[in-house]
Order: sequence, then structure tokens, then C-alpha cells
Amino acid sequence: MRYIEPHGHMVSRTTNDYQAMVTAGCAAVCEPAFWAGFDRGSADGFRDYYRQLTEYEPARAAKFKLPHYCWLCLNPKEAEDLSLAADVLAMIPEFIDRPNVLGIGEIGLNRNTRNEMKVLEQHIEIAVKYDQLILVHTPHLEDKLKGTKLIVDLLKSHSEVKPERVIIDHVEEHTIQHVLDQGFWAGITLYPDSKSSPPRAVDMLEICGRERIWLNSACDWGISDPLAVPKTAIEMRQRGYDPEFIDQILFQNPVRFLSQCPNFSVPVT
Amino acid sequence: MQPPQPDSPSADPTAQALVDDSFVPVRAKLIEVAAFLDRVERHGVDDDFRCQALNKAAQVLLDGEPERARRILESLSDPTTEPDEVSTGKPAVGAWQDPASQ
Repeated sequence: MRYIEPHGHMVSRTTNDYQAMVTAGCAAVCEPAFWAGFDRGSADGFRDYYRQLTEYEPARAAKFKLPHYCWLCLNPKEAEDLSLAADVLAMIPEFIDRPNVLGIGEIGLNRNTRNEMKVLEQHIEIAVKYDQLILVHTPHLEDKLKGTKLIVDLLKSHSEVKPERVIIDHVEEHTIQHVLDQGFWAGITLYPDSKSSPPRAVDMLEICGRERIWLNSACDWGISDPLAVPKTAIEMRQRGYDPEFIDQILFQNPVRFLSQCPNFSVPVT
Repeated sequence: MQPPQPDSPSADPTAQALVDDSFVPVRAKLIEVAAFLDRVERHGVDDDFRCQALNKAAQVLLDGEPERARRILESLSDPTTEPDEVSTGKPAVGAWQDPASQ
């Protein structure tokens, strides 16, 4: 079996996880910029982080012949500080041409505030200006439904944003259809307690179809599983899905979306 | 084997396996919900808005209508539509509380 991990925060993971993912069939890993678990004190902290995403992690993954890609942004949880956000966003163009950069992400909302909306808008403008793909984080728990609607409305208000070049991640049963109906891609995150489980993810595929959807683990510093994507293949097999279906969801779909970025390629297998 | 198409029931014999494989784990989760509600009641914190939201959401399980997961998620969601003026600085907790009731 082959699969893509389109959303893994590998800076938080051990090297053992790289080894396990490759053993399970991972053909490429993609790492959105995110919250470190604490608010960074200055823009310089983000400069170091972007170097980690574009220099150190690709080298660490390369030890296992695993292509590593990343996305750049200021995560929405730190977007409340507009001064910090301005400094960090001004830095992004310095890194945007690096060879493993896929686009702008994971941008979005955290608590659905006006400042978060302003910074989201600024990120979208950067993506449009530099013709970048967009990866969107939708809020947690009780904030997800409202936040997803706000995000979709904002993206749709930009005439230059092409929905087929945007993936809206962490969808659940109450948000996935709205995202797909508006022409965006949808990411289902397999994460304990919050987000989705493997059975629920396969339920959503059965209800919403198999187009413009990918699965990811979003493994990070919290309780999470870097092998959640291949483990979901077990659920698919138990329900009688054939290998072609599994390959489409776990490999072909993410490759189709990510190949819109010229930097992305995976070895032919 | 092909997956069932949306909006059509599966005629696949593996459909029975959905029950065979998942009943016991799901049964355990339902008992966890019941034990949680017993526990918070026993300790006198069942008036917490999250416990009340869970009780309300659980009613969806009994109405016999489809799309239970979607409707439970909606039941626990913030129903407002405008961005908040400022952040509370606190993380999401899993159930929405009307600010007017705080």
C-alpha cells in the first residue's frame, strides 16, 4: 500500500515516526506551519521555524528517502496579535521560493475573532499575489461550524481565489458538504477525541463521495497518531473496499491536489 | 469489491460485519456516556453547561431520524454568525455557551 501524509507536524515527532511511516507505505509527507504549543515571543521565532520547515525537516526525512514538503503561514492561534502578524507575514516571501514549499497554510480561524479574520485575509492576499495553493485550518469543537462558514464566505468573496486550489481541512459531518458544495477540497483529520475517527471518515466518504477529499493524521505534539491514515485503510478493507478505492483516497487524491504546485512530485511506484 | 454508492443502501454481505465488528466498542462508548452523566450528577456538577449540552445532544439518538452525527455536532456548535470582537484567550471546550447566560 502507498499513501501520502498530507498534514503532519513532523517537527513535533521523533525520527522513529519517520521510520514507521515509511515502513507503512508513506510516499511523501507535507507539513503545514502551525502553533508550537506556546505563543512565540517575536517574529524571529518564526524565522527559525521556517528554516526548520524548509531545511532541517526535509533533511531528516531524506534519511528515509521520504520527500518532505511544507506550507508557510502564521497560524490563526497567534493571529490575535496584529503587530506580530504583520512582521511574520512580511517574512513569508523570503521563504516562498524554497523548493519544498507547497503554499500558504495552515491559515484559517481559531476562535473566530475579527483580528483572526483580518490576518486570514492578509494570508489570502499573499497566496493570490504569489499564485500559491492554500491550506485552511478550521476551528476546534464548538467553533468549527461558524468558523467554516466564515472562512468559506471570505474565500468566495475573493474573485482571484480558485476553489480547486484550496483545501479546507479538519472537516466533520456538519461541515464537509458545505465545503464540497462550494468547490473546495476537504480534508478529514483522523485525531483522537476531537475531529474524526477512521470509521467516521469512511462514513463521510460513503455519504459525500470520493472526489476532492483527502485524509490526514495532523500528528503533532498532542495525543495523535502518525499512522492514522494507513490504519484507516484497515477500516476500508473491513467494509469491503477494493485496493483501487483505497489508493484513490490515500494516494491519488492528495497527489492530484498537491500536483497543482510545481514543487510537488512523488517517486513513481 | 466496490464501495456502496451514496444514497443507496449497501447490499454487500460485509455490511453485517459493520455490526459484528463494531457493536461491542460502540456499546462501550455509550456506557461511558451514561457513566459520565451518572458521575457528574453524583458529584453535583451536572448543571455545568457542557453536561447540559451533552444531555440535549443525546436526545438526537432517540428521535429515529438520520444524520445523527451531523445533528449532534450542530447541537454542540456556536449558532451565531458574526466574528467575535475580541478573543477570550481561552481554548474551545466542546460545547457552546450563550454569553448572555454566563
